[in-house]
Amino acid sequence: MADLVISNLQSRVPGMVVQRLVALNLCLHGAEITGLNGPSGSGKSLLLRAIADLDPSTGEVSLDDCSRASMAGHEWRKRVAYLPTESGWWFETVGEHFLQTDIACLQQLGFEADVLSWKVTRISSGEKQRLALARILSRRPEALLLDEPTASLDASHTRDVEQLVSDYMRQRDVPVFWVSHDPEQLKRLTRRVMIIQHDGSIKEQGR
Amino acid sequence: MNVISLSAIDLAIAASLVLFVALLQWRMRLGNTQALLIAGLRTVAQLLLLGLVLKIVFAANDLYWIALMSLVMLLAAGREVMVRQKRRFIGSWGFLLGTSSMFVSAFSVTLLALVVIVQPDPWYLPQYSIPLLGMLLGNTLNGITLGLDNLTRNAWEQRTIIDGRLALGETWSSAISDIRHDSIRVGMIPIINAMSVAGLVSLPGMMTGQILAGTPPVEAVKYQILIMFLVAAGTGLGTITAIVIGCRRLFDDRERLRLDRLG
Repeated sequence: MADLVISNLQSRVPGMVVQRLVALNLCLHGAEITGLNGPSGSGKSLLLRAIADLDPSTGEVSLDDCSRASMAGHEWRKRVAYLPTESGWWFETVGEHFLQTDIACLQQLGFEADVLSWKVTRISSGEKQRLALARILSRRPEALLLDEPTASLDASHTRDVEQLVSDYMRQRDVPVFWVSHDPEQLKRLTRRVMIIQHDGSIKEQGR
Repeated sequence: MNVISLSAIDLAIAASLVLFVALLQWRMRLGNTQALLIAGLRTVAQLLLLGLVLKIVFAANDLYWIALMSLVMLLAAGREVMVRQKRRFIGSWGFLLGTSSMFVSAFSVTLLALVVIVQPDPWYLPQYSIPLLGMLLGNTLNGITLGLDNLTRNAWEQRTIIDGRLALGETWSSAISDIRHDSIRVGMIPIINAMSVAGLVSLPGMMTGQILAGTPPVEAVKYQILIMFLVAAGTGLGTITAIVIGCRRLFDDRERLRLDRLG
């Protein structure tokens, strides 16, 4: 089992007057989606960024018994991929953002192969969100931190994304942390849901 | 050839042109009047002071005096680099980054020019070393200021993209590579423009000064070519040094983007 183990994690974003997260202990199991919910501004994204080592934090995080402190930041983020709500696109065409292309993955998200030649200036926010997921999965990460991955999508494309992530997770024994404001979606996808409070503390919601 | 001496009235006529532009800006409510007037006053005060100081330094012809004057010029240039940026590095980095880059580039190129190319006797002869260093510092300052301003402004505006690239497992160097290249290019624009149009559109300042002072045009041209090449080397070296160090400073040892290091 490839578990993502979080011990005493506390975000330490410089300049933030109140540190939003209390020390967190959590284990995300391989081949399982763990949900994360909570009011806006409670620190859900902050928690995901701390796990991905994109913001300074204290505590320990390890994947498959391998501590993040034992490797360079970029090596850790290759393994533990964070998908932000707002994706960045810096090359002219979609295809240039992919190291390797997985046509089947793109088709599962409702795209044809010609999407790779699309100019990034003409893609909608919903298309960007799905393509950002395809881009991150094409790099074969070993853990997924998904920050509202279906926030801009209609019901049909939401199902496509849920199915793709579930398939990837099962095939590769990957732990997934999924942020959502939709209780129905979390009920569909997860066995357990963590609720983050305004004071930064987290409790597990019983099912 | 005798130099035509300028009277106070001649300078006053030139100053009245600046006052006219300031008045125009004030009437058009452009909000830049004060800056223009202060810059004009600084030009007069600083150049008069420089004239006095140069008189003393030239007369003394002493390495320590020249070193002291060079240090003052370097520190003043370092301060200018810092204050001209919209988003500058906080703490001592804001001052030291530009200053150290100029030290590495302008001083090394000036030293090379004095010892290997011009070869005055002694090598630090102030009539050569001070103007050479001044021109190199002035131009390098421009390149470093433009480059660093471009770097910090774009890092701030494109933080989503940089963060996105880091989240995909790219190294810090790769995540900021586009902005780094662009910032070095921007820093080099003034000197490339100056070299491209030299003699066609503009008569460079030093050459104009030499010709007005009676130097034969061909001799003035040779010095101008030398200066432009030295300035290009100094600006390139200084801009690259400042941008490469500045880029690294934007990330910590875990390769996280640290915009909190900017003011």
